[in-house]
Amino acid sequence: MEQLLGFAVPGIPYGCAYAVFAVGLVLTYQTTGVFNFGYGAQAYASAFVFAWLVDDHAWPTWAAFVCAVAILGPVLGLVFDRFLFRRIPSANSTAKVVTGLSLLVGIPALLPVVFGNGNLVGVPSVVFNPGTVYFHLGADVPVNGTYLSAVLFTVAMLVVVVLLLRTTHLGLEMRAAAESSRLLELEGVDAPRVTATAWAVSGLMAGIAGVLLAPTEVTVQAQDYVTLMVAAIAAAACAALRSMPIAALFGVLIGVVSLTAQGYLPTSSFWYSAVLPAFPFIVLVGALLFVPGLRRLGQATDPLSSVDPPLPPPAARARGREIDRIVRTGFWVLLFAFVVSMLTWMPPAWETVLNQGMAYSVVFLSVTFLTGTAGQLSLAQATLAGIAAFTAGQLAVHLGLDFLAGAVLGALAASLVAGLLAVASLRLRGLGLALMTLAAALLFDVAVFPAQAVSGGTGGLALEPHWLPLGLLSANGHDYFLLAFLVLVACVGAVRLVQRGTTGRFLAAMRGSELGAAGVGVDLAWQRVLAFVLSGALAGLGGTLLAIQQTVIAPGEFNYQLSLAFVVIVVTTGVGTVEGAIQAGIGLVVLEQLLQYAPGRLQGLAFVVFALGALTYAAHPEGIVELEKRRWTERAERVLSRRHRTPAPAVTGRS
Amino acid sequence: MSHDGRPALELDDVCAAYGPYRALFGVSFSVDKGAATALLGPNGAGKSTVARVVSGLLPASSGHVRVGGSDVTGKPPWAIARMGLSHVPEGRGVFDSLSVEENLVLSFRRRAGRRNLAASLERAYARFPLLAERRHHRAGTLSGGQQRLLSLAKVLVVPPGVLVADELSLGLAPGVVDDVYAALADVRASGTTLVVVEQQVDRALGLASSAVVLEHGSVAYFGPSSGARAVVAEVLERRSHPGVADRR
Ligand SMILES: Nc1ncnc2c1ncn2[C@@H]1O[C@H](COP(=O)(O)OP(=O)(O)OP(=O)(O)O)[C@@H](O)[C@H]1O
Ligand SMILES: [Mg+2]
Repeated sequence: MEQLLGFAVPGIPYGCAYAVFAVGLVLTYQTTGVFNFGYGAQAYASAFVFAWLVDDHAWPTWAAFVCAVAILGPVLGLVFDRFLFRRIPSANSTAKVVTGLSLLVGIPALLPVVFGNGNLVGVPSVVFNPGTVYFHLGADVPVNGTYLSAVLFTVAMLVVVVLLLRTTHLGLEMRAAAESSRLLELEGVDAPRVTATAWAVSGLMAGIAGVLLAPTEVTVQAQDYVTLMVAAIAAAACAALRSMPIAALFGVLIGVVSLTAQGYLPTSSFWYSAVLPAFPFIVLVGALLFVPGLRRLGQATDPLSSVDPPLPPPAARARGREIDRIVRTGFWVLLFAFVVSMLTWMPPAWETVLNQGMAYSVVFLSVTFLTGTAGQLSLAQATLAGIAAFTAGQLAVHLGLDFLAGAVLGALAASLVAGLLAVASLRLRGLGLALMTLAAALLFDVAVFPAQAVSGGTGGLALEPHWLPLGLLSANGHDYFLLAFLVLVACVGAVRLVQRGTTGRFLAAMRGSELGAAGVGVDLAWQRVLAFVLSGALAGLGGTLLAIQQTVIAPGEFNYQLSLAFVVIVVTTGVGTVEGAIQAGIGLVVLEQLLQYAPGRLQGLAFVVFALGALTYAAHPEGIVELEKRRWTERAERVLSRRHRTPAPAVTGRS
Repeated sequence: MSHDGRPALELDDVCAAYGPYRALFGVSFSVDKGAATALLGPNGAGKSTVARVVSGLLPASSGHVRVGGSDVTGKPPWAIARMGLSHVPEGRGVFDSLSVEENLVLSFRRRAGRRNLAASLERAYARFPLLAERRHHRAGTLSGGQQRLLSLAKVLVVPPGVLVADELSLGLAPGVVDDVYAALADVRASGTTLVVVEQQVDRALGLASSAVVLEHGSVAYFGPSSGARAVVAEVLERRSHPGVADRR
């Protein structure tokens, strides 16, 4: 008993942190209708600014608290509402997920750019003195100020939030606004203001949580907040995003059970090294599989969503004949010029960069296919790429298999895992599916990829030159370029074929409306699994290409953050088309290479650029690059038609 | 009923569109204070769109909407609702996730005032005992007919100046439709100006003194209800035999 307490009590601060974040997530969901992935980023922003003011600028604690929490917190919430979430049609759950994700990716990358890379030290604890032991539980389990502050704060926050939501009229209006802002307006309530208030409250809560429950580690790091978020998401999912006390309970349980198990399990065991870190994600998967309330996630709640016009059609394919000829000729000329340049005058540094861009393009193709063609959102594409790369690597190590043959087998393994994932989440859609794939990605990150048998530890698996024919590895130049080019062309061709075939039509129908597609006899379950399998294979091929280019297969190259970034990047450049993937792949590496020349603090800016781009997704689901392309095509069309004095074709029509 | 000359509701050359898709083309009509008007027309004619433009859910792209003489064009729905216009939308018009009582509170708090909240609730429950029984159930668990009655309970207890009711009878059993129309008659008796959108022409014309018939987003008829039946028959006839000049 003593021992159990001794192990469990240190879990309390962690559990409380999870609980507070889980309550915040449920609060935001209940009052705004948005599952806010950006919540952790909001908390991080407040903690970062707070620590920056206190440590670097010697502000008094209270002043920093007012500035970083009482002001910055609500302001961030209001900005999210005003400029982002308010603009998203209530029925578009993909846009909400993508917007939240770009905040989660973008804000932590943006802060060091704005404030500089300080070594931020943890925030001081309030009310109780963190180090002081106030009393002992049982005979000798010390309870210090950190634990007391955590418990006190969690209980206080839970009580305040539940009271606000369940007993006040404002709380009632917030819940109503989350279900249907328009219906509430018909009652004469200024619903946009109610929603804005809800965002301000949510932002304030995030700020308070971020500062007061700064992870018990000494430094303030974005990583900690993201981990915190995932455990909190698991707890919130257990409560079906509905009950805040249940969410809090599961949050505390996850923290306490983890630390207790950590105490009892032998440090060398598989359970300790692989299962324990994955515990929150296992809970999340379990909740997604078994909590019935979660199956309705992402279903439109607003009975008045039929007032919104339908989504704009994908970038107009209807180019005039003449312009089509010009574009096609231009494309082939450019392609030819690109190949010739790569093989002749391109400086080696840039050749390497562009090679990498082509490998990324193949991975991104899996995203455009899955999201753009099939309308499914996966946050595990980097993981699938990693599965293929490690499979190929291990096959070469153990069986001496040629790496290229291994790549094919690896792609098969990735598509198998993708298929299993699709089967496991057949009953989920939208947000539920996104969470399931995220949980899978995290599972692989902490439990599979770091394992000795998979990657040989955190350093990764170095590729041996003799695994590859033709000295591909040593060149990293022309030979690799030809390989990557061929693979990319083959993959683009394959995706085009599928898109044009029957499967493509089924998938397009499913993307348009699952209900409608089922109505005309499309087997949704099978099409979905098929889409995942194909995209898994694409991601796998891209992953092995990337591994060859990097000459080492490192777990860090395939973690969940990259998966999130992948979605954000592809959505920016155009998720609806094959070109979107190539624009994304080349754009990412070129931008990163250009930033190499910029001062150090701007290194992380590439992701910020893409996150900003993804924020336009709500307004332009076809991607801003696609949007611009269409505009230029239309402009060119006008110029041409003026020259020929033919009237421009009418573009408007009725539904 | 007072007649100060200004109509309770007036549409003046209103056009409206859903993004690029145009739905109304210069709709004009007016409803006198305390009168009841039926808004008729085939599927897709634009009846719901007119209701949405009136309540502000869909902004008019041109033209004017006046409620009680004052221009409400471009105002947000909540501001128009506060001027005494109530819109019961097509389909579900209640908050599924809230309880029956919370639905009523949400409405009465603003329109009857905090003081009269308890009294208003009492009156709603007295008129619809069924809602009293279900007061703590989620509104989403009510049947379609019960949900319509819940919507009507709100307007019955605190009558608005103008009520726009969109297809209240849609999908209900005939007996339930009788209940709904009995409640509507009560609303009318309390002095509220009514605009009733309806597919069941006879029901609507039984209640209304004048009628508006829409076709392809334009007004095909506006006048006393007695003349409407023939026009509706004509419009439906044209629809089942689409002519050349028919598509816009
Ligand atoms: N959200 C929307 N986006 C695009 N077009 C729409 C939208 N809602 C309605 N429309 C179109 O506007 C026109 C008028 O629709 P409306 O719903 O007003 O018709 P209605 O007369 O109410 O028909 P019903 O009897 O079916 O309710 C129709 O052509 C319809 O297709
Ligand atoms: Mg209608």
